[in-house]
Amino acid sequence: MNPATIFGLCAAVLVGLGLFGVIVQPQPLRKLLAFNVLGGGVFLLFGIVARRGEAAGFGADPVPQAMVITGLVVAFAATALAVALLRRLFDETSRATLRPDDDGADS
Amino acid sequence: MSFVLDVFTVVAVAAGAFFFVAGTVGLLRFPDSLCRLHALTKADNLGLGLVVLGLLPQVEGALAAGRLIAVWLLAQLAGTTVTQLLARSARRSGPLA
Amino acid sequence: MTVAWAVDLGLAALIVAVAVATVTARGTFAAAVGFVACGLLLALAWVQLAAVDVALTEAAIGALTGMLLLGAAAHLHPTEAGMVAERPGVALRGAATLLCAVVTGALAIVVLSLPDPAPSLAPAAAAHLPATELGNPVTAVLMAYRAIDTLVEKVVVLVALLAVWSLAPDPRWGGRPGASRRRQRDDALAFLAQLLPPIGIVAGVYLVWTSADHPGGAFPGSTLLAAMWLLARMAGLVDAPAVSRRWLRIALVAGPVVFLAVGLAGFAWADRFLAYPDGWAKPLILGIEAAMTVSIAVTLAMLVEGPPERSLSPDAQRAAGERSSSGLEPEP
Repeated sequence: MNPATIFGLCAAVLVGLGLFGVIVQPQPLRKLLAFNVLGGGVFLLFGIVARRGEAAGFGADPVPQAMVITGLVVAFAATALAVALLRRLFDETSRATLRPDDDGADS
Repeated sequence: MSFVLDVFTVVAVAAGAFFFVAGTVGLLRFPDSLCRLHALTKADNLGLGLVVLGLLPQVEGALAAGRLIAVWLLAQLAGTTVTQLLARSARRSGPLA
Repeated sequence: MTVAWAVDLGLAALIVAVAVATVTARGTFAAAVGFVACGLLLALAWVQLAAVDVALTEAAIGALTGMLLLGAAAHLHPTEAGMVAERPGVALRGAATLLCAVVTGALAIVVLSLPDPAPSLAPAAAAHLPATELGNPVTAVLMAYRAIDTLVEKVVVLVALLAVWSLAPDPRWGGRPGASRRRQRDDALAFLAQLLPPIGIVAGVYLVWTSADHPGGAFPGSTLLAAMWLLARMAGLVDAPAVSRRWLRIALVAGPVVFLAVGLAGFAWADRFLAYPDGWAKPLILGIEAAMTVSIAVTLAMLVEGPPERSLSPDAQRAAGERSSSGLEPEP
């Protein structure tokens, strides 16, 4: 039971929690939050794989760590785009829902 | 000598942890925002200060010690500003916010 | 079972608890706050996993994401009440719980059965490190071994910014993003925004400079620079630039252009794309990182600002239309 395994199990739980939030939450912003938690879990999985690759005097394998750094920035850019889309949807229709409107509201 | 320093570290960090626990209890139990902010600032200033003080004997070099103190000062700066803003907003929304 | 494992167990349990609070919170604001806390705890987890560069990046990006989500939660607050009716029924929740339990279980089995002499690219990274004259292997991977990934990532972030800008209503195109904020007298935030940015800018530049040999990197450094600018913006000390300003556009593309130029020049001096000639690796990497830092800082800051919401004044629009060489004529 070393740190890599502990955080690996934590990452598995984070992925499950994030997936649950994405499916169950009706508000798009809450779905986005849960999706970010899911992403955090995935990155943590990369991290434990890197930690187990400790060799050659380094504390961890640097290649998965570099991938995670790249992924973090790209995930932030995607979150920013999603938030901008949500705000525009709200500004246009005064609602922020993914359910298709079937009452003839303006679109 | 290093044993004395280790004892000092443990005592100071434990005291800092006590202040953090006290601040958290205040956050959970106090009735309104202003009281809770009052409790949290104790954690921020005293608690972190004691933890930093306790860690000072464990680092090597004046530069690393200076970095620890800079962390404490910056955390205080950010904490006080945020507390001011929160308190102003809490006062505007009336008592028992 | 040593004390260090107790710290790791406690940290992992805390992360799970805060994540549960985030996913199941009542209000969106509470969920956003929980997410910020989760990000901070994840940064600590990264330190425990001997990934200090990732921890710095996670802490910095988590701060910007928190700012983005808190602002969105406040802006979308009027929709909260109406969404209660859309909450799914027990059947869907039960099915979702089952599915997520299966996914978690499968991942846990994978984690527990990872191969035991774990395969690693660390020896290969270490073997070629002297050729790059760098001391930090993560920087070597980002800027030398997998430089193509970093180049494409920068372009992706820039494209995301263009997509955000394209969400502006037609009359606002070319204008300033976000609401204008006037500085209030005797404001604590203005005091912080005057005191912190000099320290933050020095720290950000230092993070980029020191990433050659110590943990750091262009990404946490430029995120710190973006955060300092956003702090000054929140306090009302500066205003967002109009998106049609030329200096803004040059700053945004400087990073990818320099990176791409060095990459194409690799054909000339080392007969491969993005190859560095011997002895020139470190200066080239530092030059690319400098341009990258400027670009990424501006891109991240503008991503948080959002699409243009205020039109330029008619005089400024006419002047911008004359000066701009892109051929876009903003409607007065």
